[in-house]
Amino acid sequence: MTEKILLAHGSGGSLSHDIVNEGILSLLGNPILNKLDDSAVFDVKGKVAFTTDSHVVQPIFFPGGDIGRLSVCGTVNDLSVMGATPLYLSLALIIEEGLPKEDLKKVISSIKEAAEEAGVRIVTGDTKVVNRGNVDKLFINTAGIGIIADGVDISGHNARPGNRVILSGTIGDHGIAVLSKREGIGFETKLESDIAPLNIMTAEMMQASAKINCMRDPTRGGLSSTLNEIAEQSGVSIRIDEEKIPVRREVAAACEMLGLDPLYIANEGKLVAVVEAEDADKILAQMKKNKYGQNAAIIGEVTEKHAAKVTLKTALGTSRIVDMLVGEPLPRIC
Amino acid sequence: MSQQNYFGQSDMAKGLVESIKRHAVKEARYMEFCGSHTVAIMKNGLRQLLPHNLTLTSGPGCPVCVTDNSELDKAIALAKIPDVIVASFGDMVRVPGSHSNLQEAKAGGSDIRIVYSPLDALQIARTNPDKALIFIAVGFETTAPTVAASVMQAKQEGLRNYYILSLHKVCPPVIKALLDSGEVNLQGLICPGHVSAVIGAKAWDFIAKDYGIPCVVAGFEALDILQCIDMLAQQTAKGEASVEIAYKRSVTHDGNITAQRILEHVFEPCNASWRGMGEVPGSGLKLRAEFAAYDAEKNFEFDPGPTKAQKGCICGEVLRGVKIPPECKLFRKVCTPKNPIGPCMVSSEGSCAAYYHYGEVND
Amino acid sequence: MCVAVPSLITALDGLDAIVDVGGVTRKANVMLTPDAKIGDYVLIHAGYAISIVDREEAEATLALFKELAENIEPEELNP
Repeated sequence: MTEKILLAHGSGGSLSHDIVNEGILSLLGNPILNKLDDSAVFDVKGKVAFTTDSHVVQPIFFPGGDIGRLSVCGTVNDLSVMGATPLYLSLALIIEEGLPKEDLKKVISSIKEAAEEAGVRIVTGDTKVVNRGNVDKLFINTAGIGIIADGVDISGHNARPGNRVILSGTIGDHGIAVLSKREGIGFETKLESDIAPLNIMTAEMMQASAKINCMRDPTRGGLSSTLNEIAEQSGVSIRIDEEKIPVRREVAAACEMLGLDPLYIANEGKLVAVVEAEDADKILAQMKKNKYGQNAAIIGEVTEKHAAKVTLKTALGTSRIVDMLVGEPLPRIC
Repeated sequence: MSQQNYFGQSDMAKGLVESIKRHAVKEARYMEFCGSHTVAIMKNGLRQLLPHNLTLTSGPGCPVCVTDNSELDKAIALAKIPDVIVASFGDMVRVPGSHSNLQEAKAGGSDIRIVYSPLDALQIARTNPDKALIFIAVGFETTAPTVAASVMQAKQEGLRNYYILSLHKVCPPVIKALLDSGEVNLQGLICPGHVSAVIGAKAWDFIAKDYGIPCVVAGFEALDILQCIDMLAQQTAKGEASVEIAYKRSVTHDGNITAQRILEHVFEPCNASWRGMGEVPGSGLKLRAEFAAYDAEKNFEFDPGPTKAQKGCICGEVLRGVKIPPECKLFRKVCTPKNPIGPCMVSSEGSCAAYYHYGEVND
Repeated sequence: MCVAVPSLITALDGLDAIVDVGGVTRKANVMLTPDAKIGDYVLIHAGYAISIVDREEAEATLALFKELAENIEPEELNP
């Protein structure tokens, strides 16, 4: 019989200690975390970026990753696209009673692996166990802080007409990989989630050029929503070229099958960068050297503000609006 | 030989557009009946390629949009019955009924599952023998045979907890009603490709013969639609009216006879209410008496309550092709995908949503 | 109105088929197209094959499009 997490494991008593000590500290331990005081205590110097994200994904294990890797990468990437160097993360687990201990261990191992890859440390955390049905298996919240170097000003407000828009790779991989495992939708593909920490690549990009005006990771809502947000915040319009946007064959096929549009599908290891035109090629070349930017492409440019925030040039040479996603993308038959 | 990689090249589009320009010597208004055509036309910006004397107008071919409030109210009421699981295509869950929608019913505790196929609904019924599975069966002649097949499979397996709420509709009667109303002046009909794959191009013969309107069945790639428009323009130029197929790889004159037989084995025609059109004789499908055991309406007691219509929107006129979405006072101002007033804004295939999402650009 | 995608039948067991669209595979049912066999392209709608794609017609349509493309002036073509 598989050992399961019980409600008592969240009681705060000795069973809780077992989970924390055996399940978590043994894998994630570091000098700051190991103190187990009520707060993590450390020094930071300079401008601090601070972010938080709650991760709920169903199923918690999916092709190419799991909720653990997601919870680290999501927060690392939110820091990275602000131009910050991510340093420390918090980790809060809300566990549904009955979760196999083995599953928790796998998730924590993924967290360890992702944190090591990104070079960040988990310095504080919390574990709760709730009644069956109160959460779906496991929810994870992470918060993170990073340091922004002097002179760096990367923000969604900084896109200017004439800037180029660079996308770091193929879109829709994560959303379609996760969708393929949902009940009632199931299809098979070798496709894996693109989930990845992007902080090494963003550091390399910033080293290559100081002319990066904004970066953002197109997670839920997909590329279309991210571009609309940037256009809105910066008071500009963005024009992209359909034929320049990299889409994997499997993603295109699954989207066609389910009546979805890759522009609206989530990514977890991609970023959009809006950069000064003169440095666009240099930044692109740098991105292509990183394994998470091999398929990067310049997909469009920023223009003066028009009525439509984001427009797309189709493969036929016509134009259309690209709007924000409303609601969750659902497979449709009509 | 995957079609989606095969076509869609801009040089071939240019060739077709040149051909259309040569043939479009007369002013003409063509209606695309089907919502998927509306979306493909908007998504590819095809209007920008056409000569000015050709106008495209959208028809009522979106099964989600034309599902009436009263029908959605039934689905929502069924979902509230204890130990019932409702399975629905993703399209339906956000469409408003009189007071609520399936998504809100789910948030209120109803067990509502989104499926891609009736096969998935059957599977949920098999794995939940202590519950009743009700499949909300929407769709035209393309979808109805798949649901009919699932009912036959349930019967064959002796599956006793699978039910359907048939909201199916069929296309030819509603096109007839539309033409009989005299509200729209059409010189050609872009006939639905996948409906025709099942019922055959012959289903449109009466339009060419009785109404003198050219009919061309089209596929859903940009090039398929351009080819269809070219063929319509040729008929218009010659003053002819016949039924042609611009989608011969998937559509024949007679259609899929097996699918037609299975459909007729399980369903029989009935009157149906279309949103914006009212009741259209013979335009619905209900389960035949021998399949009554699978009919949710006959096996559950439920009260959908009084029907209330959405006020102030012109979805009805949009569905009938009398007006286009930007002519609606609410469009983009009050009625948006986030706050949809009418069904044409809710459905991803609705004309209003297509105009909103892909609206053409004039800059 | 009806999402239906041409899909290659790669395996067939009674009415149950495995179909492939660009590297994505799923189960489909061929009850509505009893003549479908392995190697055929079928249109899949809501999990069922609703029509067998006619390869010769597909080739013929493509040839027609190519011919039209060849007839337009070279300067109108994309490089």
